[in-house]
Amino acid sequence: MATPTTPAAAPPTAAPVPPTRRTTELLLVVGAVLIAVFGYVEVGANIDGRPPPDAASYGAALGALALVAHAAVRWRARYADPLLLPIAVLLNGIGLVVIYRLDRATPGSAAAPAQLLWSAFGVALFLAVVIVLRDHRVLQRYAYVCALAALVLLVLPVFFPPVYGSRIWITVGAFSIQPGEFAKVLLAVFFAAYLAAHRDALALTGRRIWWFQLPRGRVLGPVLVVWAAFVGVLVLETDLGTSLLFFGLFVIMLYVATARSGWIAIGLFLAAAGAAGVGWLSPHVHGRVTDWLDPLGSIAAGQGPNQIAQSLFAFAWGGLLGAGLGLGHSILIGFAAKSDFILATIGEELGLTGLTAVLLLYALLVSRGFATGLALRDPFGRLLAIGLAAIVGLQVFVVAGGVLALIPLTGMTLPFVAQGGSSVVTNWIIVALLVRMSDTARRPRPGVRP
Amino acid sequence: MTRGDNSARPGISTTGRRAGTFCLLLIVALAAQATRVQVFQADAYNHNKANQRLTIERYDQPRGNILVAGEPVTGSAPTGGRYDYKRTYTDGPAWAAVTGYASQVYGTTQLEGVYDDLLSGSDDRLSGWAVWDAVSRGQNPGGDVHTTINPAAQQAALRGLGRQQGAVVAIEPATGRILALASTPSYDPGSFAGSSAADREAWTRLRADTDQPMLNRALRQIYPPGSTFKVVTAAAALASGQVTDIHAPTGAPYPYVMQGTTTELVNDSRACDEAGLSLDEAMVNSCNSTMGWLGTQVGLQRMVSTAQAFGFNDATLDVPVRAARSNFDTGMNTSQVALSSIGQYDTAATPLVMAMVAAGIANNGTVMHPQLVDKLTRSDGTVVQLMHPQTYRQAVSPSVAAKVQQLMVDVVEEGTGSRARIPGAVVGGKTGTAQHGTGNGGTPYAWFIAWARPADSGGVPPVAVAVVVADSEATDVTGGTLAAPIARSVLRAVLDGG
Repeated sequence: MATPTTPAAAPPTAAPVPPTRRTTELLLVVGAVLIAVFGYVEVGANIDGRPPPDAASYGAALGALALVAHAAVRWRARYADPLLLPIAVLLNGIGLVVIYRLDRATPGSAAAPAQLLWSAFGVALFLAVVIVLRDHRVLQRYAYVCALAALVLLVLPVFFPPVYGSRIWITVGAFSIQPGEFAKVLLAVFFAAYLAAHRDALALTGRRIWWFQLPRGRVLGPVLVVWAAFVGVLVLETDLGTSLLFFGLFVIMLYVATARSGWIAIGLFLAAAGAAGVGWLSPHVHGRVTDWLDPLGSIAAGQGPNQIAQSLFAFAWGGLLGAGLGLGHSILIGFAAKSDFILATIGEELGLTGLTAVLLLYALLVSRGFATGLALRDPFGRLLAIGLAAIVGLQVFVVAGGVLALIPLTGMTLPFVAQGGSSVVTNWIIVALLVRMSDTARRPRPGVRP
Repeated sequence: MTRGDNSARPGISTTGRRAGTFCLLLIVALAAQATRVQVFQADAYNHNKANQRLTIERYDQPRGNILVAGEPVTGSAPTGGRYDYKRTYTDGPAWAAVTGYASQVYGTTQLEGVYDDLLSGSDDRLSGWAVWDAVSRGQNPGGDVHTTINPAAQQAALRGLGRQQGAVVAIEPATGRILALASTPSYDPGSFAGSSAADREAWTRLRADTDQPMLNRALRQIYPPGSTFKVVTAAAALASGQVTDIHAPTGAPYPYVMQGTTTELVNDSRACDEAGLSLDEAMVNSCNSTMGWLGTQVGLQRMVSTAQAFGFNDATLDVPVRAARSNFDTGMNTSQVALSSIGQYDTAATPLVMAMVAAGIANNGTVMHPQLVDKLTRSDGTVVQLMHPQTYRQAVSPSVAAKVQQLMVDVVEEGTGSRARIPGAVVGGKTGTAQHGTGNGGTPYAWFIAWARPADSGGVPPVAVAVVVADSEATDVTGGTLAAPIARSVLRAVLDGG
């Protein structure tokens, strides 16, 4: 740490107190709510020629959630990064607006009210984490419990009927959750704890192949078992997006912890082998790859545009400035327009401009997460913050890359924006953990000399 | 730290920063791909035929109308489906050759197609704020297309054609305005304007119909013009100086064995079987031998240039709907020139071009560019574009035109065109009965081209017309019996109205 010069007027023993930036956060949160309300009004104005009748109550609900969250941060994490909460509120608000807009195109199946309810639940968990969890290092103790819980959550859906070709949902009545979403946080905790404890052993070098220092077989074994367990479960459930995400998270955290480029080489090799194997064995995946290589192929084959083609049509129609909220036709995408493909609606109605703004929000969220990790002092906290930020970054890439035909489509939800209760709730927990850890990172430590 | 190399190992500060950079690069890659799709490839995706957006936008508001004499012959009706409005037609079959169709599934043609941007509201000229509209994607109400059609002439043409296959084009010679544009059998473009199963069925049925009701015979079909082409030959003969006095004997031989062959060019009328007939006698009796021989004397080059001045060999004749190219061969031997000069061999013309022949002669030799549209307006009636008469070509001099006019009047007064006579009017015309098919076995095409003016007026005739009856049930198929009465009723409709 750099030693700041002590102001002459200050008592010599007092550490310099960093600004809390809570007022900045409050202003940004209010701005985020106002942007969302504006979007909500615009949807109504563009479709009906007048603001939606429930604009006030909608704004009040979102505003209340945001302010409660802010109050909790102010109370229990006053040194937290002032950007994390406003970004979460804004992304969640944009998601609600776009889902409300898509509801207008699908009469009889409104998703926005449920999404608002889930958002409230997510904020409740945010409050719980920020208030109850005073020190993130407590989580380190529960590493293996987390691993077990994650595995159970991942295996559970196998016993439930598949939905749209994937066994990733637990359905009880009208209520369905995607446990894999929660599993990724638990897994990040486990990885962070395990790696923090064993990073020196893992870093021991074994054979050298080309310019890669391979790790020793003895430490490689358990890691491979963990990887195989998770990826195996996910392949069985044919949920490729999540398995790609877990695998990417695993490789990134291993690299960050050990600095061994050999891990990246092994990771890339395993990913390539896995992808080739799955692509060869599973017709579901094979079709996704074919659609990615030639998005317009189904049109030439006379079967009409597939979802990727419809998604690209939507993005293209948006152009630079977008058609305007409520004035696009992304509903042509059909199934999953509100969840996996929601970015296409943003691209069509807000244009490249709006889409870039949303991507910048994610970039900002990810970089604040990494910054939190770098600012922390304990290896567990550093790895956890980096892992959580990587989850957000990877997930955005996997889903947005899929709908933009940059990579094959694998079903995933866009953090905070896409329809899906489990996803929203999980992302609020991620932000809560980052808020907690950034507070720890910036809080002046009593007894430590400047 | 048990290993020596561990001290050189970068810490989490370094690896974390690298991993963070990697994650940000992933997001940058997304932005790059989004730019590629939304900016560079956007146009291709927007115009992909499987992309419904252009069609949705086109039909999301009532379409502008096509008007005849100030009255819309089209409309729009809400559908309640994905495409908010569909096209309707007040009397579809009567106006189909004028309007074309605008179908949600099968696209647009003819006026509906040419002015699709205006009718659908996306034409820049509809807005005073084009740049702002492009940014805000504001849509203007669809504009209207005002046609030049004279409803009385159109109705007369349709009544005259009845159930026969054929077409009528009437033109105002001084301006080129198209007064009637009829093609039979016709179809109702409203029957497949929507996107329902019934619409698809109607379309499939029309496409399978061997009578080709969706073929616009007035603009898009070419027929051998037969003896009506002799008007062009006569004009060329007079213009070239081959004939100066229409009543003076020509040097035409009889019988006329075509140069380089042993084939005699035979006549339909015994009055023609004589050497040295005058041009007037040859036209009145429609003599093949005299006119064919005259064509060879004029020569290929002069015949080609005269034919082209009336609209032949023009592949881009837009009214603004594009007409098919009428053909007069540019490389022929003498006998082929003889046959072509009487409208046979490879000579083939659209009814539009034959109407241009009659109109050009009537307008003292100046062929005006045919024009189906008077003006384009916004929905509030303000003018977007006014169409002005345009000269197509000065085909022959006024003095030559006057002589050809006299020939055509004589055809009606004394010859084969007697059924086109109108009391109180001066009518000039020419019949044609074109053989076609293998060994000339098909039902001949019955042609008549004419113009008319009130007897008390010395000005340019207000109407010229071309009629072709392609497939009649009648036993005696000649232009004079079948086509001339139709032409007469169209001429009368314009004369009476004007």
